[in-house]
Amino acid sequence: MTEKQTRRDFVSDQEVRWCPGCGDYAILAAVQKCLADTGATPENSVFISGIGCSSRFPYYMKTYGFHSIHGRAPSIASGLKLSNPDLDVWVITGDGDALSIGGNHILHALRRNVDLNIILFNNKIYGLTKGQYSPTSSEGTKSPTTPFGSVDYPINPFSLALGSGATFFARAIDVDAKSLGPILQAAKAHKGTSLIEVTQNCPIFNDGVWDAVTNRKTATSNQLRLEEGKPLLFEGGQKGIRLGEGLTPEIVEVGEGKASESELLVHKADGSDAYHAMLASMAAPEFPQPLGILKQVARPSYDELALAQVDQVLKERGKGDLNALLSSGMTWTVGPDGRPE
Amino acid sequence: MESSTTGTSNPGNIGSPTPVTPANGTEVEKVVVRFAGDSGDGMQLTGNEFTKAAALAGNDISTFPDFPAEIRAPAGSIAGVSGFQLHFSSTDIHTPGDAPDVLIAMNPAALKANIGDLQLGGTLLINTGAFTKPNVAKAGYESNPLDDEAQLKNYEVHLVDINKLVNTALEETGLTSKEKGRCKNFFALGLMCWRYQRDAQPQIDNILAKFKKRPAVGEANVLAFKAGYNYGLTAEVFQATYKVKPASFEPGRYRNITGNEAVALGMVAAGQLAECPVVFSGYPITPASTVFHYLSNYKNYGVTTFQAEDEIAGIGAAIGASYGGAIGVTASSGPGIALKGEAIGLAQIVELPLVIISVQRGGPSTGLPTKTEQSDLYQSLFGRNGECPLPIIAAKTPTDAFYCAIEATRLATKYMTPVILLSDGYIANGAEPWKLPEVDDLEPFPVKHLKDAEGWMPYKRDEETLARSWVVPGTKGMAHRVGGLEKDFLTGNVSYDPENHERMCKIREDKIMGISKDYGDFDIEGEESGDVLIIGWGGTHGALRQAVGVLREDGKSVSHLQIRHMWPLNPKLGDLMKNFNKILVCELNMGQLLMVLRSEYLVDATGYNKMQGKPFTVAEICNAVTELV
Repeated sequence: MTEKQTRRDFVSDQEVRWCPGCGDYAILAAVQKCLADTGATPENSVFISGIGCSSRFPYYMKTYGFHSIHGRAPSIASGLKLSNPDLDVWVITGDGDALSIGGNHILHALRRNVDLNIILFNNKIYGLTKGQYSPTSSEGTKSPTTPFGSVDYPINPFSLALGSGATFFARAIDVDAKSLGPILQAAKAHKGTSLIEVTQNCPIFNDGVWDAVTNRKTATSNQLRLEEGKPLLFEGGQKGIRLGEGLTPEIVEVGEGKASESELLVHKADGSDAYHAMLASMAAPEFPQPLGILKQVARPSYDELALAQVDQVLKERGKGDLNALLSSGMTWTVGPDGRPE
Repeated sequence: MESSTTGTSNPGNIGSPTPVTPANGTEVEKVVVRFAGDSGDGMQLTGNEFTKAAALAGNDISTFPDFPAEIRAPAGSIAGVSGFQLHFSSTDIHTPGDAPDVLIAMNPAALKANIGDLQLGGTLLINTGAFTKPNVAKAGYESNPLDDEAQLKNYEVHLVDINKLVNTALEETGLTSKEKGRCKNFFALGLMCWRYQRDAQPQIDNILAKFKKRPAVGEANVLAFKAGYNYGLTAEVFQATYKVKPASFEPGRYRNITGNEAVALGMVAAGQLAECPVVFSGYPITPASTVFHYLSNYKNYGVTTFQAEDEIAGIGAAIGASYGGAIGVTASSGPGIALKGEAIGLAQIVELPLVIISVQRGGPSTGLPTKTEQSDLYQSLFGRNGECPLPIIAAKTPTDAFYCAIEATRLATKYMTPVILLSDGYIANGAEPWKLPEVDDLEPFPVKHLKDAEGWMPYKRDEETLARSWVVPGTKGMAHRVGGLEKDFLTGNVSYDPENHERMCKIREDKIMGISKDYGDFDIEGEESGDVLIIGWGGTHGALRQAVGVLREDGKSVSHLQIRHMWPLNPKLGDLMKNFNKILVCELNMGQLLMVLRSEYLVDATGYNKMQGKPFTVAEICNAVTELV
């Protein structure tokens, strides 16, 4: 490619039909820009989605795309990756699609570490079916199916990822293109399953649900921007996170006469399980919401291992001869007289 | 039963309670032997080994393994009885036999569960060592059945304490008594090999090969086998030996094969004929799992396998693989196929090739996992939302399953559609001799992944087949989107246009119905007109064909058609049925094909149905026809 690619090179001819003000627009633009910036090609990029507002995403990408069925995109993507491992495969999903009806598939994709990039649009509500509460909705959420408030406990996507043995988990805000871009690029470069939770606003059914995190006025106190090798600082460096009693995170004031930076926890994406569990327990407004790459560790991807095994068998046994396979085991020959020889 | 109806003499079936003493090596035409014991007794292994011996001797064979769903039901219980029936013959046979001529009962439960099937006057070999008080009670007998002279006098009974004889034979091996007990099935095998004049050496070699990794166990089994063989020779337990001469086969190379292995080999062959890799993705389920097991071994034959987290992911990954340009395959049984329904619809609307192997078992719900049934035809035809027709092929025998797998793949890739290949538990586990095809004689059907964007549109169709092109991600200049939403008839973009939806439903229907253009002539046994046409499908083929043979020898005007293409049906079928006075549709269900034929052709067909988890007997079919006319 001689000319530098731009976002426009990945924009399809289909009219985008999300509601005005939907967070999905910003995510779409960020992904298109990521592909352009990383030298991706339309033919080698595939977007596979399930069902839900966000799952219309593939229609708007000038790449290969597959709008599949509710919750099942990770399984279709896994099969695609097995048959065509050179492709750059993205899964587009939402909190209902990935964590409710498709919970089993996301769990196993993460466990196997199939080389996929999964973007989880988390708006804590079912938008396409008109506003029912979702598995990430806070307790007490009032919705058409829970007019007196929901009584079930929400799932934390990062906890699920940790429990599933995920090798890459990041969290970003839909409209924060500056942070989302590098995270998408890191996810794309990561070998194995990358799960990116994007806090996404639904202006129709759940407007402002992420306000505690995303509100610009309170952003500095409610956002914890994770940087590799740097101490956990927020509020313009005036506050930080220290290891408290019983392996819990503790907010401390930082500065002269207060806690020193050396006492603070230092972010390592490949840190201990205990550290990751601590990050998972932190959520706004009690804590600043951790944003960035929360976890990244190296582990061979499933497709890599599965295909290496095929190669190994080929090496050991040679290319199979079908005639020999058909006649394997006990055979006998019947002669021209119709009797066994 | 078939030996009496065909009028041949069979000392294994003497037909009279009076013992007859035939000479040594008496020739008999065919014999049905059933081994029955506890599920831990190794009856399946014994049956398989005895089958190999019959095959090596050149007999025609047909087998029927019948085992419980529980891996180890309580020892000695009726629920835990496992059986293996082998029919071997010097003439052409199609079924494992209606009723055994010889029953080997390894314990009281096996006797109780099976004696009702044994021919009157048949040979009954009983392992008396297992008839302890507790075992007799576990089988539900009030008193020891060995004392029931009124019952036993109906059979030629041989009482042998196999437990004790094996224990003695293995005295020097140093095995524990539990381990020795596990060898007793080989004693029974040895005894039967002697009775039917099988060479001992190939059997001994087989046993040693089978237990290559545990030579001590192999040696012990050989000792038990020899003990049984020699016991026959010296103890004169049977008065005589019998010989079943080799059957006459077409010249060629043969092997035994079960339906599930044949399907697996068929998929490997299909991949090579299509010149396309095969990706199998599935989830374990009885009785389909062994298809998956076999394919997992063929990684150097262009096959990749994936054990998914559930049935839905199983088909999902297969669809993904097809989208990526491979032949996606999944296999399951009724409950799993039910879970796959939505995804089958997706494959149908995005028009990707896919092979779905459905090995039917007793239903509904979990039903009878290890028993055979044909009750998932409706599921195959109708088990999806929306107008969602797709081709359905039914294998009729274990060997036919090989060719059906190839045919299913050919249709899937030629017409860009999911195809359901129906098998059943009887075909899956039953074995028969297979004349090996020459791979070069199989017709290739290389698939084409379109790479030329000139004049192409995602849903533009081939004028003849109405199939769209298979464009695989990675192809430059042809990036496009597919999905489960209704699409424009050319561009494939989402379309809610009312006229377009009707047009798309019709064109998808036309594409599938057009497949019948590929069909050859009917394979009919008998004339193309007459009194009765027996119609069947799937694994009932053997029983129906054999019954028709018997009826025709009796001078009855009966023909038989086993339908292979269940959907779309052969357009000539309507005219064919008009040539007969009566149509009898025989199925192991409550009349599913019957309803389809009646609704498609307004034909006054009659059903003959059975829902017992067991195949038809030849006698049942003969009686049904006799009652009809």
